[in-house]
Amino acid sequence: MEQIFFYIFAAVVLIATLLAITERHAVHAIIFLATSFFGLAGIFYLLGAPLVAVFEVIIYAGAIMVLFLFVIMMLDMGDPDKVRAPSLCEWLPALIIGIVLLGAVAALVVTHIPETLSQWSYTDARHFSRVMFQRYGIAVEVVSMQLLFALVGALYLGRRK
Amino acid sequence: MIVPLTHVLLLAGIIFIMGLACVVAWRSNLIMMLIGIEIMLNAAMLAFVGGGAHWGLVDGQIFSLIIMALTSAEVSLALSMVVYLHRRRKTVNANDFSELKG
Repeated sequence: MEQIFFYIFAAVVLIATLLAITERHAVHAIIFLATSFFGLAGIFYLLGAPLVAVFEVIIYAGAIMVLFLFVIMMLDMGDPDKVRAPSLCEWLPALIIGIVLLGAVAALVVTHIPETLSQWSYTDARHFSRVMFQRYGIAVEVVSMQLLFALVGALYLGRRK
Repeated sequence: MIVPLTHVLLLAGIIFIMGLACVVAWRSNLIMMLIGIEIMLNAAMLAFVGGGAHWGLVDGQIFSLIIMALTSAEVSLALSMVVYLHRRRKTVNANDFSELKG
């Protein structure tokens, strides 16, 4: 049952991401990307990380995508006629990189390694936060400093003269 | 672990390639380049969570949470920079900001 849901979510993520990167309308691209992030949150839940799934929905689909939407609407870039879509010769290097990397990934998949599958289980918030604040306490401090610097930098760049 | 780790890594790899293609192809639009970076970081998070689920450790989830904090800091700075550049030049085309080129 969980396997079926995993592959459904994977298909949703792949199709939504493909539509997002080929869309000329920036607002539509953001909506497709939010769909992709919801699918990814489902995959995180199925992989036993419900906390990460919740943060994915709250931070990515809730905050970051809305920030993108604000900027797109503020700068008035929603009009697809004013946006120059990449031509075929601009897609060409991307396609070459993509095909080479896909070939490498396919070569990895062909060398099949048998794996044992187990029952679905998840990490509870208590265990998660205990490991996070005990073993990775310094990383949390560094990330909080980084968020403070980003706040100061954004305030400095966004001020009116 | 309900699915083989190979399938999770395959999905993460395909998502990463899509993000990379987005950054390479949309060189003329700063917003779409930022979207491509978001997609690539999400693929990295998926790889971390898949590895954590495979080996039964919480560390992968913690790293993905730290990546999330990093991304929100990066996006807030980058978008304020886009607004600043748009205020100066009235465009978001990356080719118009080449005055440092020698």
